[in-house]
Amino acid sequence: MKHRTFFWFILPTLSAMILFIFLPIISVFIQSLHIGHEQVLVVSESCGPFGCNETVAVDLEATEKLRQEAPLGQFNGLATYFNRSHLASVEVAEAWRTRQSFGSFFSEITNLPFYRALFFTATYTAIVTPLVIVLGLAIAVGVNNLHRLLKGPSIFVSLLPFLVTPLVGSLILFWMVDTDGILGASLQTLFDDPSLSLKASTALTWTMLIVYGVWHTLPFSFITFYAGLQTVPTDTLEAAQVDGATKWQRMMYVVVPHLIPLVSFVTLMLLMDNFRVFEPIVSFSAEAHATSLSWIIYNDLRESGNPLYGSAGATSIMTIIGVCILLMPVLIRIWRDFNRKAH
Amino acid sequence: MSLRNLTLTGALLGLMSTGAHAATCGPDGQSIRILASDFPAIHAVADAAEAACAGGASEFTRNHTTEARQIMNAALTPNPSEYTSVIVANSTLTQLMNDGLVRPLNDLVDKYGENIPENLLISMNGNVMAVAFMANAQHMFSRTDILEQAGVEGIPATFDELLSAAEKIRAAGIMEHPLVMNMKSGWNIGESFNLIFMANDGEFFEPGTAMPTVNSEAGIATLNTLKALVEYANPDYLTHASNETQALWEAGKAALGIMWGSRGAAILDDEGSTEEVTSNTVLSAAPSNEPGGTPAATLWWDGFTIASNVSDEEAEATFAALASALTPEMVAANNDDAVWLLDGFTPGAAAAGVSATAQAGAKPYPMLPQIGLIHNALGAELSDFLKGDESAEQALADVEAAYMTAAKEAGFVK
Repeated sequence: MKHRTFFWFILPTLSAMILFIFLPIISVFIQSLHIGHEQVLVVSESCGPFGCNETVAVDLEATEKLRQEAPLGQFNGLATYFNRSHLASVEVAEAWRTRQSFGSFFSEITNLPFYRALFFTATYTAIVTPLVIVLGLAIAVGVNNLHRLLKGPSIFVSLLPFLVTPLVGSLILFWMVDTDGILGASLQTLFDDPSLSLKASTALTWTMLIVYGVWHTLPFSFITFYAGLQTVPTDTLEAAQVDGATKWQRMMYVVVPHLIPLVSFVTLMLLMDNFRVFEPIVSFSAEAHATSLSWIIYNDLRESGNPLYGSAGATSIMTIIGVCILLMPVLIRIWRDFNRKAH
Repeated sequence: MSLRNLTLTGALLGLMSTGAHAATCGPDGQSIRILASDFPAIHAVADAAEAACAGGASEFTRNHTTEARQIMNAALTPNPSEYTSVIVANSTLTQLMNDGLVRPLNDLVDKYGENIPENLLISMNGNVMAVAFMANAQHMFSRTDILEQAGVEGIPATFDELLSAAEKIRAAGIMEHPLVMNMKSGWNIGESFNLIFMANDGEFFEPGTAMPTVNSEAGIATLNTLKALVEYANPDYLTHASNETQALWEAGKAALGIMWGSRGAAILDDEGSTEEVTSNTVLSAAPSNEPGGTPAATLWWDGFTIASNVSDEEAEATFAALASALTPEMVAANNDDAVWLLDGFTPGAAAAGVSATAQAGAKPYPMLPQIGLIHNALGAELSDFLKGDESAEQALADVEAAYMTAAKEAGFVK
């Protein structure tokens, strides 16, 4: 393709990406460098149905003047990135200086909101991603070997978790594991422990979120691998069979290498999605035990009355950086494959 | 009735409502746009305003949504704003006032406020910012049959009595987890802290500043009380908000509760529960530390505001319409939907808890511009202590540190 033709071909996509992805990221970054105006407080008397009392209020005129002077807010540089809600450089240094053991240092660190969220997010990503790939491949191979008549229904059933809206899917599971729900009550009877609760223990909550994550994203990797299996060359497989390769050997040395580009693709998508884990935490009401980077952004924007745009912006930028770091090995691999093929 | 009669009645009714409208509604042909939360009492007020004044308005729209708090600042910022009025509560009013999005109502009150008792005017330095019409608070719910069965005399009025009643119920083998409280991580756990903090005469901030003072003796005492209470709560308590606690109560799985007064009517009605539960449920004042002490509660009001960024005529029409709704007739027709602060209210069983709590001297939820930030910090940092992962001092130090970070960003402290 000529460069000129290519340019016109890519222009609509490119402009949409610049407009809706690149520019918003730039704006989020600029926002993350600023904090709010100083709120000028004045002591006031507030009265209502329950009596009068002395309180403070924002002096609107004085605050408005500050706002006019600097519409973006006060420039704060990268300080938001290093404050206690984010990288917490001061607190981490202090924890390191006063550490008694590595364990105590670690528990100090996970007491900080950003690291606590990062720890869960990373664990979730590290466990869910490989499990989904391996199980997805296993199910795809299983379904592929089924009798023709059974294939349709089993594909449909395997896709079901993907069809359920994430919020609804996690709410259903949340109610099932409730101490009054079918799973929660059965577990209590099984272990004969009336105070056993999946929602009350951090370890069990993490397990529940991870199981849900696997259940929900499995169909994506299954259907991708199933499509890939349809393109495995039959003559290679037959040749391997003639050479005396067992089923397992054919799987490991013919099918899997054939599917490797797909594995890269699925890993890429899963890493991005899992690193942004959010809905299950909200619908499982799991905030007390597990938070994620996306949940912090949500909390900053939603829960404090006045949204903390700078904080939310800084966490967003760091999430993007995190995703980039995670994707780097996969991207390098794809780049190498591409170059090898080009030569 | 013949067709002719019907038309006549219609015309008469029309005349009557025009008469009423001339007396209470504001300028004709204005647009009235209300944003409000979504529960029956708010619907009742908006319904009455619409019935009285929609006829003379060019437009009368209402948006009832539980997300009102999330969208109101954005909706009121443009000029002209999306809504002419937002129906708010203590905490949400400061959120609007912080950005100067609601106007002083003094002149409108003079003109249209004959229905409105003086004490319902929410004022800041003499400027009326909102008109309250109903109250709410969290307080005690008790199951008298179970208390009796466990040998508890009377209804618990202090935390000691509450804890010993819970222990007796557990010891009698009636319920392992007799207590329900709204302890869901986030806003609810923060609010539960506030309740007991109030009973301990705690101060959130140094007077006149935004410097936090929750890491105090009162704060530590509060956390210890909370911890003692949750020993008797369902192990899932960190996921329980109003809907869950109400469901547990209605299912007969709890005997003692600290829940919102606004849930009282829903619990006592004949839907969703059994006769055994509803007939034995008694609502009473929030517990206190000492007999006769400050109840562990924050008093809330709901009321209406008028947006800054609308024309004076629209503001006037909206205020007149909403003020005209606050009649004894409206209250009588919706008596059990709320604890009305208006004339004509006959407190029923569902209102007993809020009334008793207010009479016992409970304090209102603080109307401070930075209260949302400390509430959020409490909501995020306290669960570690209740789970047993850290000390009360550490949890409160975390709250203050998280608050300071947010307050710096929001510009409340330097």
